[in-house]
Amino acid sequence: MATAMQTAEGRDLQEILERYPNAGRDALIPILQDLQDVFGYLSRDMIARVGAHLHLPVSKIYGVATFYNQFRFAALGKYHIQVCRGTACHVKGSAGVLDDIRRLLTLEPGETSRDGLFSLEVVACIGACGLAPVIRVNDEFYAEMTTSKIERVFKTLKKEAESHD
Amino acid sequence: MVNIVIDNKPCEVPAGSTIYEAARSVGITIPTLCHMEGLTPTGACRICVVEVEGAPGLVPSCSFPVSEGMKITTHSPRVLLARKTIVELLLANHPDDCLYCIRNNDCRLQDLAADLGVRRRRYTGARNRFKVDVSSPSVIRDPEKCILCGKCVRVCEEVQQVSAIDFIGRGSSTHIGTAFDEGLNLSSCINCGQCILVCPTGALHEHDHLKEVVNALNDPERMVVVQHAPSVSVTIGEEFGLAPGTDCDGIMVAALRRLGFDRVFDTSFSADLTIMEEGSELVHRIQNGGKLPMLTSCSPGWIKFAEQYYPDFLDNISSCKSPQQMMGAIIKSYFAEKTGIDPDKIYSVSIMPCTAKKFEAGRKEMLHESYADVDAVLTTRELARLIRMRGLDMKALEPEGADTPFGERTTAGKIFGASGGVMEAALRSAYFLITGKNLDNLEVKAVRGLEGCKEAHVKIGELELGVAVASGLKNAAALLDQVRNGRSDLHFIEIMTCPGGCIAGGGQPLSTDLNAITQRMQSLYAIDAGETVRASHENESIKRLYEEYLGSPLSKKSHHLLHTHYSSREVML
Ligand code: SF4
Ligand code: SF4
Ligand code: SF4
Ligand code: FES
Repeated sequence: MATAMQTAEGRDLQEILERYPNAGRDALIPILQDLQDVFGYLSRDMIARVGAHLHLPVSKIYGVATFYNQFRFAALGKYHIQVCRGTACHVKGSAGVLDDIRRLLTLEPGETSRDGLFSLEVVACIGACGLAPVIRVNDEFYAEMTTSKIERVFKTLKKEAESHD
Repeated sequence: MVNIVIDNKPCEVPAGSTIYEAARSVGITIPTLCHMEGLTPTGACRICVVEVEGAPGLVPSCSFPVSEGMKITTHSPRVLLARKTIVELLLANHPDDCLYCIRNNDCRLQDLAADLGVRRRRYTGARNRFKVDVSSPSVIRDPEKCILCGKCVRVCEEVQQVSAIDFIGRGSSTHIGTAFDEGLNLSSCINCGQCILVCPTGALHEHDHLKEVVNALNDPERMVVVQHAPSVSVTIGEEFGLAPGTDCDGIMVAALRRLGFDRVFDTSFSADLTIMEEGSELVHRIQNGGKLPMLTSCSPGWIKFAEQYYPDFLDNISSCKSPQQMMGAIIKSYFAEKTGIDPDKIYSVSIMPCTAKKFEAGRKEMLHESYADVDAVLTTRELARLIRMRGLDMKALEPEGADTPFGERTTAGKIFGASGGVMEAALRSAYFLITGKNLDNLEVKAVRGLEGCKEAHVKIGELELGVAVASGLKNAAALLDQVRNGRSDLHFIEIMTCPGGCIAGGGQPLSTDLNAITQRMQSLYAIDAGETVRASHENESIKRLYEEYLGSPLSKKSHHLLHTHYSSREVML
């Protein structure tokens, strides 16, 4: 096993853990938050290292992490899709938007597609209520989504990705 | 003691007991789902609620202590309505699957629904869907039948110190699973099956091998050979309504013959063989400066635990295979040669108290030439199912004896079934190997009993042998940590995965009742006290096996067939 320590990622991980010397269970959530901030997700490797650092079994860490919606366990896709489920979007039908995207990409919130292209996340209000129902792909907002609009957006994104290859 | 009134009956109960315990002591059973003696109470299910005069709401009896003058009503209309509602809510998220369920007729949820008179589905709506996890060779998980009582999680953590599983997610999507929701086979699970014993429903059960075994029994080309482990004869009776601890040895042998097994052997024989090899190995290590303390190797859950958590002790573990695997190995070699049967035609089955034995039988270390030592492992529960399926009446069968050459056993092999038994059997023979004489008193009482860790110092000639016995891996880990930290007075340590040993194994009749387990244990020691051949080195068939085939303990042939070595294992811990 190439030790994680040799990679840049491993060094960042080590550096984060070192911020919490002799830590116990209390430090778990802050450590996970730091890791997610830096890496965007929590990998198996990271969770195993956190477990060793805090003397906690990985099942416990995974259990705690899945209790909070904020953590993801797969790297973000090339296109990270955030579906707003705030009140305004809800009223304007964001549940249907989420269903359309799940069906179209066969992807569940928190997951990343096998080809690494798309990842899906459900977020509370993203502060663009005027555009409801709204989704955000990377830094771009897409307003007033409908089924046909969603289909068009993803067609374009897929094409764009292909032409880059 | 405090004075209380339960259901109008004034009574005196020990101070500090819970309402649940107090009620039990006066003959009133309050239903529980998440409560288990010895485990941290969580108050998760609330099925155990009762009314306490003056208390604003219903209180959970499993964790609420009694106090002087308390007036308790355990089955008032309000209480019953609350319990019924809880059950109805559980059923709302439960498949109506009883007819097809492995726990049909032996399920706490089903019992409650029946006792509380649930007659229709009151709450409807979408229920959670999960895949059945069949990845483990030992334990199957069916999360749709899980009621989230959390007992499996607590047993795995508090008894076995493994924590392979935990609660995942929150709210209505909460379920029990491994880290990253992967298959149990990829997790740190050591296959012990203790979680199965505590599960109130069909959410956890053994990986069933009945079909393969029945197919082999129906194949005229195959010779189907069966061995039964030392503890099974004193536990299987419970599956047929007999008192815990009833010894059904001869009747079980008769049943196995009626089921169509061509030869019935006794794993206690190969337990004697294990003692010859392991006892010799211990003496060899002591006399030649080998690695000490030596650790026993017969409990496969413990072996996987060591591979994962104590790889630094792998050289301390005896190289002996377990009795199951030793029996398997000599069946397909010595027995096959002696009877002139192609080992390929032999189908070797073992009846075990243990789900981890299923994992052990499939290990790559347990192949020699191209044969698996053992082809299929059935737990005590599966054997009982097979017996029921064939309509055999355990009360009417006439006892029969096991077959030669592996049917003869000493009682030393038989007591392997209880924690401390391997140690006691080993001491009887090690004493003989070192001094040439038998122990004055064969009974080593200090290593008997259900305590998690037992120790003794035994004088053998010049040597003062330090021995310890641990069962339940949390207890074992505590002992090993002492050794890691420099404790050096111990020469030999017996480790059993399940608390109390194989009599409380994960494949045994579903009971965690301490009384039942005590009865099972006493039954084994009664067998030991009641017979005359009580030391493995006095087993005539073992002597013959060495004369005709193996040569001597630790010979080259023994090593080839009966010994192995384990290496450290990478899993997420
Ligand atoms: S777990 Fe119990 S209640 Fe559920 S289907 Fe099985 S027998 Fe029926
Ligand atoms: S079989 Fe044993 S180790 Fe595996 S999950 Fe169950 S209790 Fe834990
Ligand atoms: S699997 Fe069984 S023991 Fe574990 S939480 Fe579910 S119902 Fe309880
Ligand atoms: S048994 Fe008392 S709360 Fe579950």
